[in-house]
Amino acid sequence: MADEVTLLDYWLSPFGMRVKIALAEKEVKYEYSEQNLMNRKSDLLLKMNPVYKKIPVLVHNGKPVCESLIILQYIDAVWKGKAPLLPSDPYERAQSMFWADFIDRKVHDISKKLWTTKGEELEAAKKDFFECLELLERELGEKPYFGGEALGYVDIALLPFSCGFYTYETIGDFSIEAQFPKIRAWVDRCLKKESVAKSLAEPAKVHGFILETRKGLGFD
Amino acid sequence: MDERKYNMAEEVKVFSTWASPFALRVIWALKLKGVEFDTVHEDLINKSPLLLQYNPIHKKVPVLVHDGKVICESLVILEYIDETWKQNPLLPEDPHQKANARFWAKFGDDKVMQSIGGGVLLKEGKEQEEGFAASMEHLKYLEDEIRGKKFFGGETIGLADIALGWLAHYLDIVEEIVGLRLIDQEKFPSLAAWKQEFANAPIIRENWPDRDKLVTKYVAMREANLGKGTPK
Repeated sequence: MADEVTLLDYWLSPFGMRVKIALAEKEVKYEYSEQNLMNRKSDLLLKMNPVYKKIPVLVHNGKPVCESLIILQYIDAVWKGKAPLLPSDPYERAQSMFWADFIDRKVHDISKKLWTTKGEELEAAKKDFFECLELLERELGEKPYFGGEALGYVDIALLPFSCGFYTYETIGDFSIEAQFPKIRAWVDRCLKKESVAKSLAEPAKVHGFILETRKGLGFD
Repeated sequence: MDERKYNMAEEVKVFSTWASPFALRVIWALKLKGVEFDTVHEDLINKSPLLLQYNPIHKKVPVLVHDGKVICESLVILEYIDETWKQNPLLPEDPHQKANARFWAKFGDDKVMQSIGGGVLLKEGKEQEEGFAASMEHLKYLEDEIRGKKFFGGETIGLADIALGWLAHYLDIVEEIVGLRLIDQEKFPSLAAWKQEFANAPIIRENWPDRDKLVTKYVAMREANLGKGTPK
């Protein structure tokens, strides 16, 4: 029986982008179902994710999997034949899971502050952001990817946030390339991969959306 | 036959504190699997240089050190333990069931603990009411999930049970301190039954931290937090 795979997602969600990259890496055919989060939530979304009512949700042969990192682990376990996302060694796996957890705890909330705050709050957010990137850059080291020789779990967890880099740099008046050249080089390296390029939102689109939202919040 | 026993003795250390529900998860998992380990007791006011060396990013317990390999973050440690010591598995083989177990473990940390710890224990007045209401919603989801099952893991204790296990001891203390009942037998009969089952399970029942000490600690935490919010 052919696999039926559907992804409930929203174009702007970095969490959804993670899943798109993973599915592309594994060459899984799936139906993409855009959920417009500005409107009323669809019956399908409410049925598949009654607890959080959020995207992304991966529906595989009728059964839902929620929470992006859990979805990545699921994809890796089910579609084993190609592009392993996590290392097979338990210790290496634990390190990958630790860094993905770090990204979840820190990067999303801090990066949101980079465009929703100003003045002292913004300066504090920038400091936190730089600390994160410093730690991540150190973890990357001289490796081409966080996963080593190939794109992996941690790369996929972090990449979607790079869509906002141009926006953060513009608003916060700093340069990631200047301060964190390895991270910038890593983003560019990953963008050369089709699985990444076709899964990430265009920075220009993200920028436009964020500027509109900021106007609504009373900025500028 | 476990070949491990005939190899050079493994060194397993757990950095923990007496009160930490997160460190307790690691201790439960190792004991459920019959893994020998040493405990390094930490004082979070006076963290040891070794802890800071092993967990420089979060500076927290628990930390697991296995033959020199350092793992941090309790849920990450649980997965490592399950993959390293295969006896008494904490996670099922089936990928979807595995995802489900991980989902509920994460829900416990992200939502349940936040609303009960942050909302009910540490707040008062309207904020506490909101925390209570949110907790009721979260507990209802857990009730639906546990209904018909002995443990979240099925017949045996699994990852979600261990992650949510703090509810079977720490919650009573919170309820006593704030004078509110959260896991009400009538409202959440299945969850109440699970609490009993889990609290009295072998290994689990032998490792709860001292109740009176916890009451003292949590009362102090609550007062410190409320004191902070009071205008002078």
